[in-house]
Amino acid sequence: MRAMLRTAAVQSLVRDLRFMSYFALFLIGATRITPELTPLVVIWLSAWTLNICLAALNLPICRVLIPVIFGATLIALWQMACTIFAIPAVILPAPSQIWTAFTGNLPLLWGDFVQTILKGALTGWLIGAALAVLTAIAIDRSPFLQRGLLPIGNFVAALPIVGIAPILVMWFGFDWQSKAAVVVVMVFFPILVNMVAGLAATDALARDQIATWGASYPQALFKLRLPAAMPFLFNGLKITTTLALIGAIVAEFFGSPTRGMGFRISTAVGQLNMALVWAEILVAALAGTAFYGIVALIEKRVTFWHPSQRQ
Amino acid sequence: MSRALPVLTVLSVIVLVWYGAAIGLNAPWARDQAARAGEVLSTRQLVERTMMQDRPVLPAPHQVAKGLWDGINGQKITSKRSLVWHGWITLSATLAGFAIGSLAGILLAVGIVHSRVVDLSVMPWAVASQTVPILAIAPMVIVVFASAGVTGLLPKAMISAWLSFFPVLVGMVKGLRMPDAMQMDLMRSWNASRAQVFWRLRLPSAMPYLFASLKVAVGAALVGTIVGELPAGATAGLGARLLSGSYYGQTIQIWAALFAAAALAAALVAIIAGVERMVLRRMGLAR
Repeated sequence: MRAMLRTAAVQSLVRDLRFMSYFALFLIGATRITPELTPLVVIWLSAWTLNICLAALNLPICRVLIPVIFGATLIALWQMACTIFAIPAVILPAPSQIWTAFTGNLPLLWGDFVQTILKGALTGWLIGAALAVLTAIAIDRSPFLQRGLLPIGNFVAALPIVGIAPILVMWFGFDWQSKAAVVVVMVFFPILVNMVAGLAATDALARDQIATWGASYPQALFKLRLPAAMPFLFNGLKITTTLALIGAIVAEFFGSPTRGMGFRISTAVGQLNMALVWAEILVAALAGTAFYGIVALIEKRVTFWHPSQRQ
Repeated sequence: MSRALPVLTVLSVIVLVWYGAAIGLNAPWARDQAARAGEVLSTRQLVERTMMQDRPVLPAPHQVAKGLWDGINGQKITSKRSLVWHGWITLSATLAGFAIGSLAGILLAVGIVHSRVVDLSVMPWAVASQTVPILAIAPMVIVVFASAGVTGLLPKAMISAWLSFFPVLVGMVKGLRMPDAMQMDLMRSWNASRAQVFWRLRLPSAMPYLFASLKVAVGAALVGTIVGELPAGATAGLGARLLSGSYYGQTIQIWAALFAAAALAAALVAIIAGVERMVLRRMGLAR
């Protein structure tokens, strides 16, 4: 009778605890062999138990708390492992060292950020997106071009396009223009494929309706089909934010002025200054998340009517 | 068949534009050479000379095709100038990384679907990590492994494993969650154990999602390997071929390596699509 009254949450709590106890046995066995591991195991097990209990509570705040605890635990373990095992900074710097490198080099990192992200990635992304949207609208009127371009677009979207970086660096020089060109090519096809799908997304009923009102092609485009294509367009835009950063950074490995994130990473690796490399990675991670977040925010404002945006 | 004609038309337009661009971009060099030799070029001669330079700004399609043919067939496949040899170096690291990454992604997805606490802890980070340009750490991974004495296939495979891990994880979690409440209730009413629910309901319904994400992951793994071959003075692989081509201005070599990489990516995706069709047909899901 009692077993039947258990709720699903309690069941999953018991299951998680049971699984963790097996895991804990294994970890405690490991501390018998290497005693230095003991503080790490203690922290890991207590944080995990805390998370299991929080997950069983099922409060709204737990959705924020649990990942934060998990991330903080990982960073704490990283820091402790670096000090306890005296890992050389050349192989893996501790989070505290990375933070020192980050705060100590802010002007340098800001210059690299402007060069790579704002000039290279953002310019290229805007140009590429504009070109893709215009091309999609142009080929939308011709089913022949659509049938010809879409298979090629899908094919190209799966290729290692980043390989054209050396060619474009040769053509456009070492400065940010060549990085922007790489980004344009990288983001063009994913956005194009999404936008063409979006322009085809209106149903026949809505098209008939707007035709009965005697709407011209531009009117139908701006009042019906472009708004309907927005969720698809933003899907493509969100996918390509990461691609834009990757393209801009990787293109700098093939030649760059003496600033930029790719340049800094490759020279700092050469000087074995790993803390600075990780600080650049931190900048790239922050920039990537912020870039994605801003696009997602704009999407929320533009496609407020779409079912996926409803509260 | 209705697609063949439009695709061929677009392809031939691309080739024509390419020839036009090759003439335009290579003409200054040809004119310059002719002026130094004191010749005056007719238009016909000019066009001919833009087609046969050693280091053109943009090689014409037939030059790239010749470079590709020479790279594949021109010498023994064990030669260091053979694209087959470089391609194999890249392919082996890609496949190793792809296997490790997708296996880890599938296993973690199973954990996420079965445990609430793993889901709440890991999933937000997995989604957030998609927005981070992970490829930027590729050179560092290579150098770190090299300083620990590990070189060759393994460091590159780690990068491609890392890149193929997240698409598989996200797609597989979505797929394993596909069965709706009604199907789960039906399994419950049959008193199915969790293992039975997994093997007979969750896993089969995840298959289409698994294959879709595997196709993305294999492309990402190949890009990861190629970028992993770029930085630390690597001498083997398609990425190293790109880098040395860009150092020495050997444009034909770059384009040939690029097309070899594209063919490799297309072949890998096609193989997975073939397996997908076979598996889905066996399961009665293909239409």
